Amino acid sequence: MNRTFFAAVGLSVSVSLHLHAAVAINGSGATFPAPLYMRWASDFKKSTPDVTINYQGIGSGAGVKQFIDGITDFGASDVAMKDEEILQAQQNVVMIPATAGSIVLAYNLPGVQSGLKLTRAAYIGILLGEIKTWNDPTIAKANPGVDLQNIPITVVARADGSGTTAAFTGHCAEVSSEFSSKIGAGKSVTWPIGLAGKGNDGVTALIKSTQGAIGYIEYSFAANNKLTIANLQNQAGNFIAPSIQSAATTLAGIRLPANLRAFIPDPKGANDYPIVTFTWLLMKKNYADSAKAAAVKSFVAYGLTKGQALAPQLGYVPLPADVVTMAQVSLATVN
Amino acid sequence: MKSITARPESPLAQKYRFRPELFRALCWLAAVITIALLAFILGEILYKAWPAIHRYGLGFITGIQWSPNREVFGVLPVLIGTAASSLLALLIALPLGLSMAIFLSEDFLPASIRHATRFVLELLAAIPSVVYGLWGIFVVVPLVQQYGTILAGKLGFLPIFSGPAYGNSLLTASLVLALMVLPTITAISRNSLVAVPPTLREGSYALGATRWETIFGVILPTASPSIVASAILAFGRAMGETMAVAMLIGNSQRLSWSLLAPSNTLSALLANQFAEADGIQVSALMYAAALLVVMTLGVNVLGEAVLRHTQRSIVGLQ
Repeated sequence: MNRTFFAAVGLSVSVSLHLHAAVAINGSGATFPAPLYMRWASDFKKSTPDVTINYQGIGSGAGVKQFIDGITDFGASDVAMKDEEILQAQQNVVMIPATAGSIVLAYNLPGVQSGLKLTRAAYIGILLGEIKTWNDPTIAKANPGVDLQNIPITVVARADGSGTTAAFTGHCAEVSSEFSSKIGAGKSVTWPIGLAGKGNDGVTALIKSTQGAIGYIEYSFAANNKLTIANLQNQAGNFIAPSIQSAATTLAGIRLPANLRAFIPDPKGANDYPIVTFTWLLMKKNYADSAKAAAVKSFVAYGLTKGQALAPQLGYVPLPADVVTMAQVSLATVN
Repeated sequence: MKSITARPESPLAQKYRFRPELFRALCWLAAVITIALLAFILGEILYKAWPAIHRYGLGFITGIQWSPNREVFGVLPVLIGTAASSLLALLIALPLGLSMAIFLSEDFLPASIRHATRFVLELLAAIPSVVYGLWGIFVVVPLVQQYGTILAGKLGFLPIFSGPAYGNSLLTASLVLALMVLPTITAISRNSLVAVPPTLREGSYALGATRWETIFGVILPTASPSIVASAILAFGRAMGETMAVAMLIGNSQRLSWSLLAPSNTLSALLANQFAEADGIQVSALMYAAALLVVMTLGVNVLGEAVLRHTQRSIVGLQ
């Protein structure tokens, strides 16, 4: 008995000594950039083997909550932290954009390829339930030569609260006062029609399985699942196909404020894709543990430099150079 | 008390006297812990729900709009969806499960085949909820979509079949729920049918009744309390079922008469929205959770009452 006891103590001492040399950093939050952050974590581990980064995609809201409660070392959110949330964290927050993505309208229409042109009136009308079938003249007018049949439209939305919904409804509410008054913007809204699925993957599955469906998802999910996606009309009146290129064009036109918190509900450029959103990493200004602070800083620094090159491979939009510079300045304030 | 202590005790009884008391104390403790745990869970839910209860009151139950972005919360469509999907599932599963139970308790087939059938049926209960959900997505959703469209075309004048028909609808969720509660109904009903004393069957035959007259006139009435119990257990399970329902019901909290329209249930709403909820929405979800608990408790209490009532009425038979 005694011998095993001492052996156990010896073992635990050696384990804890071993752990002391290595640093484990825990983060959680948005599901949308999760594949990218996990890729960063595994690549970062190769260059700095003594730092382990764990990231869990549990949702933006939950990520912010865990970060404020001090459960995680860093958080991630598709919606920038609100002032009251920053107060809750005793102002001990550094918030930097880490990557960006565009939100697309994907559809399931037999015989119709990607590139269906949707005017602002058309997609707002569809979302409000005013346009009920695909052969409606509002849709057909912008798409001469496309064989649009009399198929009922099924709108697919998110059942859970999400940053994707916040960005998408933010855009819709900006371009249509009717949308703003009837549905409004937010992480979780009530849709007058249609179905809802959980997560980007849930919505993707519903679009795939429902003929006549249209729904909003992140570009990377549509691309990876080979869904057909619509070209949306931007403020200048042009129809823009969602792509990493067109999203990068939108981002290039944005001037971030000093707190790096920006949302572009309706970009003005002639070739800008209209719905592009940043996603943020949340760090503490002051970490109690200097080893952790150094590890978080070097991980995020990696993400802002080498990590950006990986973004397009996974369907994300790399940050413009001036945003990276501003983010690096902010990152330097982490202690 | 005096008379007990005054009773002469054998040495053996004296030796072990301490143990029954310890045992009784442990039983008491276990019982108290169980009740305390339930009270604690209820208390915790109500405590977290209090801001929403205070702010929305009964309007929460009668409200038809659930808009977290506007802080408007009403669960009437969800309450109706919960009750409707469970009732419909029970309506489908009860006749099916009961006939299976009768079939498996009689000797129509050789015992080995009956055993195999029973085993397969009970295996249905072991399939995880999410697998039912996936199966529903790939099999039931396309079927309901296809036949629902035809049904809505032919019988669309009836409110319950009005279109457009959705693949992810109340009907889809109810069909899969029916399959999920089928083992509960069949297993409990079969056990109760088998437990009917053989003398009753023999008596019935002796009076000249046929097999069918015996089954419907004697065996089923005798076993009815357990059959009612199985239906109530099944109803309870259907109401609390989360994963498969969230995958199939369409998650839309709107009022509709149509079985072919998407709907939502309390448990699916909680599962979908909890992770991303903040502020008053958390309280509103807790309020909804409290309602779910009240509904399930209510069903169980009702079931218990029915069970006692029927038991009393047939007590003379046994």
